[in-house]
Amino acid sequence: MRRALGILVAVAVFGLLALVPKISIGTHGVFSSELNSPGTLQLLGLMLVFGGVALTYDLLFGFTGLLSFGHALYFAVGVYLTAIATTRWDWSLGQALGFTALVGILLPLVLGAVSLRVAGIAFAMVTLAFAEAGSILVDKNPHGWTGGEEGVPVAYQKLPEAFVGVLNTKNLYWLALGYLAVVFVLVNWAVDSSPGRVWQAIRENERRVEVLGLQPFRFKLMAFVLSAFLATAGGVVYVLLIGGATPQVTTPSFTLALLLMVVIGGTGTRWGAVLGGAVYTFLDNRLLDWSDSERIQDLPNVLSTPLSEPLFVLGTLFILLVYFLPGGLAGLARLRPRRSGVALLDEPVATVEAELERV
Amino acid sequence: MDTFVLLTITGLALGAMYFLIASGLSLIYGLMGVLNFAHGAFITVGTYATWYSETKLGAIGSSPLRFLVAAAIGLAAGAVLGALVEIVLIRPLYLRHIEQALVTVGLSFVLIALVEAIWGPTERIYPTPKWMYETTTILGAQIPNDRFVEIAAAAGVLLALLGFLRYTRYGLIIRAGVENRAMVTALGIDVKKAFTLVFAIGGVAAALAGVLAGVYYGSVDPTQGTSLLIFAFIVTVIGGLGSLTGAAAAAVVVGLVQQYANYYASSGTGDLAVVLLLALTLLVRPGGLAPKVAH
Repeated sequence: MRRALGILVAVAVFGLLALVPKISIGTHGVFSSELNSPGTLQLLGLMLVFGGVALTYDLLFGFTGLLSFGHALYFAVGVYLTAIATTRWDWSLGQALGFTALVGILLPLVLGAVSLRVAGIAFAMVTLAFAEAGSILVDKNPHGWTGGEEGVPVAYQKLPEAFVGVLNTKNLYWLALGYLAVVFVLVNWAVDSSPGRVWQAIRENERRVEVLGLQPFRFKLMAFVLSAFLATAGGVVYVLLIGGATPQVTTPSFTLALLLMVVIGGTGTRWGAVLGGAVYTFLDNRLLDWSDSERIQDLPNVLSTPLSEPLFVLGTLFILLVYFLPGGLAGLARLRPRRSGVALLDEPVATVEAELERV
Repeated sequence: MDTFVLLTITGLALGAMYFLIASGLSLIYGLMGVLNFAHGAFITVGTYATWYSETKLGAIGSSPLRFLVAAAIGLAAGAVLGALVEIVLIRPLYLRHIEQALVTVGLSFVLIALVEAIWGPTERIYPTPKWMYETTTILGAQIPNDRFVEIAAAAGVLLALLGFLRYTRYGLIIRAGVENRAMVTALGIDVKKAFTLVFAIGGVAAALAGVLAGVYYGSVDPTQGTSLLIFAFIVTVIGGLGSLTGAAAAAVVVGLVQQYANYYASSGTGDLAVVLLLALTLLVRPGGLAPKVAH
């Protein structure tokens, strides 16, 4: 019953979002122009993409308990390979996407297998180091492929006509919505599957999972590859939406931004992570415009100077949330506390135990 | 030969800055289990406090003296900031390591954004006494004098910290706390003061690294601290979290490898080599070079 209700709500929300490009209403300064203008649709598209990417990070951090500082690398693979293959190597879009998908599976498989040999802070550091290696590589601009500071544009001649030009932004918006929907369905399906229950059991108590005779390494690698691959797909949609790759997406700050998104939304929740990604992206883009408004500029300097930096506002919001709303935005909606006692803490492990007994 | 000498001394100077940052990170992690992401902001704040006070200290005529006074203000700013962060932000989340790390991540965003809002994102020329840029000839190599200052500062800090840990009461508490915090608390010793102390020490060391980095690069921008922090993290992990001597050894290795590879292979290779070194170390010895002991 609850499950049916959940599906109904999800379908309704996605249905409403799909109608947005058809609705022409003013936004009263929330966005810079009308709801279905290309500028607004592009920002909305970005919010949807980052909602999806935040959800892939939540799969890793919130559901499996793996604190990775290198998720940006896999997003950047999608962004850069699509741009490089179409522009520098002159490949068709189909070839570029096929190659990106291949790398998007093999790279996390290899790097994940290496990094998962260590746990905890060491795991965080190794993933950070690999991501930093990617960032340095992009900065070095080998063979002129990555374009260094300037980045690489996507060759628009290679794209289907429906995705080219300002007037077609609505199609890109639908593409972003489609991406989010696919990620949402896949993550929902994955965390409710048997491996998904093992992931959550690992998060709560890895030793106990081992005692049950399962190998946590394999399950963690599975979660790592799945979330990295979905992040790569997000990178592809992002680069189509923006029109080119820039080195910002490879930086450790970007991974930390993903962490902020998930914690703002609520770790280990599905809607929460999506909401966090969307809200973060929205504020990151809009705060700068708002800070130019008279209401802010009229404030004394002590207030208006920090308020003009989006990251100052987002960072402060984030710190406040960690203290006062540990469940994130999703915690606001939850009526009963998620974990009311010790008995509930190992619930995912107990579920796996019960499942093993049945087999 | 002279190139090799120059590379070696420059590598050591770079390693010296990594060590100054890593020493604080390592002590904080060893004692409290907190990975302090705000450490990069400590560096940036120390650097900017020095730069800003130097511009305001026109009353002091002699430029080296002005720089020393400004640097002292920068170090004090680092200490105060470190202690404040521990008391205000870290303490309420006692023993919740993930939340503590998250708060320091948020803080690093906030502080760097604040510096950027006040002084802008562009580079500033760093005030440096002329003597620092003059060179001394060693084995035929012309070495800028600031390299020696950096190495001496790190060596001094290493000796001072080792002495402090070895011969003072608080040092003893910190060493014991790194070894087994639960036991120290059970013996009725107030470890919390030691927490504030290690954050203040970390803040001073990071600010010192920032001041020296300003001299080394000749300029300062808000993101400089963050890029240094990544390599300091790598040094901390290679050296073994919680070990000062381990961090010192790892800093020397990382600084040298980076310089040699950047020169003899190609620019940027050194950074990749360091990353590779970290991956290899963790796979062979997941605990790092030295075990978790603060001496």
